[in-house]
Amino acid sequence: MKRLLSGNEAFALGAWEAGVQYAAAYPGTPSTEILENFARYPGVKAEWASNEKVALDNAIGASFGGARAMAVMKHVGVNVAADSLMSVSYTGVKGGLVLISADDPGAFSSQNEQDNRQYARFGKFPCFDPSDSEEARQFMRVAMEVSEQFKTPVLMRSTTRLSHSKSAVEATVPDKREFQPLPPFERETEITRVILPAIARQRHPVIEQRLLDVAQWAETTAFEQGINRIEWNDKTLGIVTTGIAYQYAHEVLPHASIFKLGMSYPLPLRAIRDFAAQVETLIVLEELDPFVEEQLKAAGIAVAHGKDIFPICGELTLAKVRKGVVKAELITNGKWQMANGEWQMANGEWQMANGESPVTDYQLPITVPPRPPALCPGCPHRAFFYALSRNKRKVVIPGDIGCYSMGVLPPFEAMDMLISMGAGIGMGHGFKQAGGQEGVVTIIGDSTFFHAGMAPLASAVYNKANIVVAVLDNRITAMTGQQHHPGTGTTLQGEEGKLIDIAEVVRAMGVTYVEEVNAWDVNALNKALRAALQHEDGPAVLIVRGACVFTPHFHYQPRMRVDLEKCVACGACFRVGCPAILKSDVIYPTNNKPKSSIDPLLCTGCTVCMQVCPTQAIAPIEEG
Amino acid sequence: MIKNLNLLFVGVGGQGVLTASDIAAQVGLDLGLDAKKSEVHGFAQRGGVVESHVRWAPRVGSPTCEEGTVDVLLSFELLEAARWLSFLKPGGIVIVNRQKIMPMSVSVGNAVYPAEDAILAALRQRAGTVIAVDALPLAGQAGNPRTVNTIMLAALAALLETDPAVWEAAILRRVPAKYTEVNKIAFRLGQQAARGLPTDKQLEAES
Repeated sequence: MKRLLSGNEAFALGAWEAGVQYAAAYPGTPSTEILENFARYPGVKAEWASNEKVALDNAIGASFGGARAMAVMKHVGVNVAADSLMSVSYTGVKGGLVLISADDPGAFSSQNEQDNRQYARFGKFPCFDPSDSEEARQFMRVAMEVSEQFKTPVLMRSTTRLSHSKSAVEATVPDKREFQPLPPFERETEITRVILPAIARQRHPVIEQRLLDVAQWAETTAFEQGINRIEWNDKTLGIVTTGIAYQYAHEVLPHASIFKLGMSYPLPLRAIRDFAAQVETLIVLEELDPFVEEQLKAAGIAVAHGKDIFPICGELTLAKVRKGVVKAELITNGKWQMANGEWQMANGEWQMANGESPVTDYQLPITVPPRPPALCPGCPHRAFFYALSRNKRKVVIPGDIGCYSMGVLPPFEAMDMLISMGAGIGMGHGFKQAGGQEGVVTIIGDSTFFHAGMAPLASAVYNKANIVVAVLDNRITAMTGQQHHPGTGTTLQGEEGKLIDIAEVVRAMGVTYVEEVNAWDVNALNKALRAALQHEDGPAVLIVRGACVFTPHFHYQPRMRVDLEKCVACGACFRVGCPAILKSDVIYPTNNKPKSSIDPLLCTGCTVCMQVCPTQAIAPIEEG
Repeated sequence: MIKNLNLLFVGVGGQGVLTASDIAAQVGLDLGLDAKKSEVHGFAQRGGVVESHVRWAPRVGSPTCEEGTVDVLLSFELLEAARWLSFLKPGGIVIVNRQKIMPMSVSVGNAVYPAEDAILAALRQRAGTVIAVDALPLAGQAGNPRTVNTIMLAALAALLETDPAVWEAAILRRVPAKYTEVNKIAFRLGQQAARGLPTDKQLEAES
């Protein structure tokens, strides 16, 4: 029976079918659901790691013990794990080791659009590039076999569009599987896994040969296994394509011959050269970097078009692919009609079969206001950002990655720099030590604190950097959809773990100024910020405690209402940026502005608006 | 019998847009076609723009629809129908929930929510058929405000050349057993609304 599975669900199923026994990940969009799904299969151990490098190190240890193992992360997470990744390529693996990297072309929820296929060439290991959910599932098994056969880590590369699209997968019913203890550890007789300089020098030629061997596999077995394949069709145009781009190639140019790469590194160059010789024009269609294109050109294969007609920046779409092939005049005289006859070429323009041009430059006759993201009603970050925005003229604010990144948006506009996980503390430290005259308030979350906040804090303590470190502890990894972490004390598979208290950690690191503040108390936050900014003798840490509204720790309270008699339409409540606060239809005559109202369906009773109202017009609805 | 269909589900986070699009993709499979769906949900947990593409065909390539090629635009919120209108093919169908959810840009006074008449006029200018459904009151009438997505799917089922029973079965497979009856009522109300039949409430009012 066929079922619709997302790419992420299919990776999890494929990993389980491939016998993966141990997996670790740090949550990150669009990768998060892979481990959440995998954790539900029988006989496996799946864990949230405190960051991506830890996740990969965990998986490497499992592999060295003989288990099939996987580490899962978003594309920028691979940067965190890269130190171990580059060297596990040298050591090689024992049990199959696959790293799933979920890239984000279009940067829907990321700080960049890096193309992680480049890591495969950089680190000299194979990269698989599935194009739909069924391939995501099947490629996991093959990747594990390749990993073990060639003793190499394998990169499984997804993208947002693959991870978050659903397509049909042959459903299998999970059998019962028991968790197997590893066999007794066998110490190596010839050292490969202690990568000292002398060992690294010995290993380097081994991995160069390994790449050649895998390339040979790509020329032969990869075709038998359906990883690479040629779809012969009209030979006037040949397309080399990989990943999700294959789907666009197939749809826009259904009559072309397609060389579909399931593995974008190393390439089956002999087979591609052979394909190129048989088609009149060869083009390369791939998302983001000209990764395959440059390899083909370096091998002396004549590529007529690639990134000269398809954009490097942003996610590919059918429209962008269509525009590229029209630009290059690869489609002329209606020769390349859509299979269903819906589109055709005439006079250099795509037209509907009935002669009507597709309206892609449609101008809406009305203005649609934007719907930017906002902190949720009840969000424990709101009062902190409100207090910070009241003090922001005097301070510089390095931020971090999480829901609190939205502090940069109106109405708060309280963030000055944001680079990567954990970078806020380090940037604030450097700014201050370089002679920054303003106060510095760095912002980090609880999950981010464990991910990459402890090392820069230690450095700030050691060097006595006078910065305020605000840890917004909402007791969950919120932005990726509520994943647990060392500060929550619950594991991925729902067991009780050890809860690590951030205040205890900070004190143990030598911070002398630690204050814990209620996240919804505006006055307390204001006072705490001002006091912390006065502290000299190293960092002052504010731990802002308040659970995310999506956790069971959040307490809903009686909802708020606006007393229209008392409201003077001053707009103070709008400056807390709550989606539940609306403009009413009632105008306050003195300033001719609309009074406020509160949407009772959205309000959680957090009281922040009540606290900032100067006329006491906001109060809880009296129940009953 | 439908062979190719492009659907675009849009709305605001928390409205059940993604569940509804999941069901629509499953119906494509149930009808013996290939189906894919693809979604983008903004990085806000609640209240952001949500879009979900569903495609049926003998063989679906891209999981997303191209601008100007969507057969039916289903918008769970009035303004969002206008935001995504360029995806609709000229003469296509719009099914729009008349519910308004104010964006923050409007509630803080930096932007104006267009008048309902202006939005509907814009929709009618491009679409061949515009069905405006009062999905939230109808869901309340069915017995649960969370059945908005069932109302919307029922309206869609009423307009397509497919067996509505296939849709109803797909919906009921997705909801917990205790909500079966509520969803059956919602499905009937949504179909009636799309076909322009008077709803039970109107009948009550008239009788």
